[in-house]
Amino acid sequence: MQKALFQYALRLGDNALILSQRLSQWCGKGPALEEDMALTNVALDLLGQARLWLDYAGELEGAGRDQDSLAFLRAPHEYYNLLLVEQPNGHYGDTLARQWYFDVWHSLLLQRLAGSAEPRIAAIAEKSEKEARYHLRRSSDLVIRLGDGSELSRSRMQQSVDDLWMFTGEMFVGDDVDAVLVAEGIAPAPESLRAPWLETVGEVLREATLTAPAPDAWMQKGGKQGVHGEHLGHLLTEMQWLQRSYPGAQW
Amino acid sequence: MVTEETKAGTPTQDCRQIWAWLEQVPDPELPAISVVDLGIVRDVAWEREDDEEEDGAATCVITITPTYSGCPAMEVIASAIREVLQARGVARIRLETRLSPAWTTDWMSAAGRDKLRAYGVAPPAWQAIDTSAIKLHWRPRRQSVDCPRCGSANTECVSEFGSTACKALYRCKDCLEPFDYFKPH
Repeated sequence: MQKALFQYALRLGDNALILSQRLSQWCGKGPALEEDMALTNVALDLLGQARLWLDYAGELEGAGRDQDSLAFLRAPHEYYNLLLVEQPNGHYGDTLARQWYFDVWHSLLLQRLAGSAEPRIAAIAEKSEKEARYHLRRSSDLVIRLGDGSELSRSRMQQSVDDLWMFTGEMFVGDDVDAVLVAEGIAPAPESLRAPWLETVGEVLREATLTAPAPDAWMQKGGKQGVHGEHLGHLLTEMQWLQRSYPGAQW
Repeated sequence: MVTEETKAGTPTQDCRQIWAWLEQVPDPELPAISVVDLGIVRDVAWEREDDEEEDGAATCVITITPTYSGCPAMEVIASAIREVLQARGVARIRLETRLSPAWTTDWMSAAGRDKLRAYGVAPPAWQAIDTSAIKLHWRPRRQSVDCPRCGSANTECVSEFGSTACKALYRCKDCLEPFDYFKPH
């Protein structure tokens, strides 16, 4: 039970941390000043959430690891984030599609976790949900603007929506860790989020005049169990460099 | 100079006095408004160990809540609270962070809203995000925000995000000035 909780807290923390790191890579390079600020503000919210989850995970583990050691001293196979969030930034449509798919799922998940039987999870989720919902409004708005925009923006947005689709299936596949927490009323069954996710995604795509990819398409999976693509290793190499080279460095 | 007596941190200063002192702690990003106006301070209490005598040392417990999960100002706020109370002779202070209920701009005092407006930041104009709705609201909320400079309602959103996590960027189409808008949250 404690082990499943630890794993679950890591998953939540890793999603937030890795997506935050990806978004931070846009800092100073956004396509417009407003977008640069938006991306880094979302990154900041996610970083704050990651810290709350990783602190909790460290306490559950009880082995003296804090948020910093969990963030900076774990290898790729010890990370349990979704494959979606580690995907490279690509062009702006790619960054946006990744964010939007995540925001819809994240809002739905946090909404359910806010009613968790575990008070600490409920409190962190309650705090994070409001932020996630704000992120969702912005990312939905931009998907619509770019989808229902120029011929070029439309074709690029459609391509990004199609390309990243195969990384969305994993969000709705439960495993042993999920099963333990579902039985205790601590977390929702991942499968139960699929219908509302598809509904919201469908609504926004229609308004964006984009075509929804097939829900039964072949999907990638493995991130939740620590099986990642090549991208995560490169991301961690950069993110962890300082603590790996100068262990315990502080400033 | 702190005397021996006050150093012990006696609960002689009642909680109202502590609240009054905390009203002098400005938000580091928005110095015109205090951490109490913002609703960051949730509770003030004295804690005394059972085995201690009546006049023994007591600890002043201040409960604060973060505005946004990643707000970088929280550490500065915590140390500013310590400083102000220590300068008033409260020696034993403990700060606790409470996440639930989650901070909302609905807690901002009326005085805080007026101070924000006078400072040039439009206060949150409508009720904060309602998370009780099961259905996800993905449509942006476009509601009129009055310009804090000229009062015109003829304004537009330039960016959903502004100079800090808690603000969005707006522009007044009458006086043509850009301004910060404190996001309802």
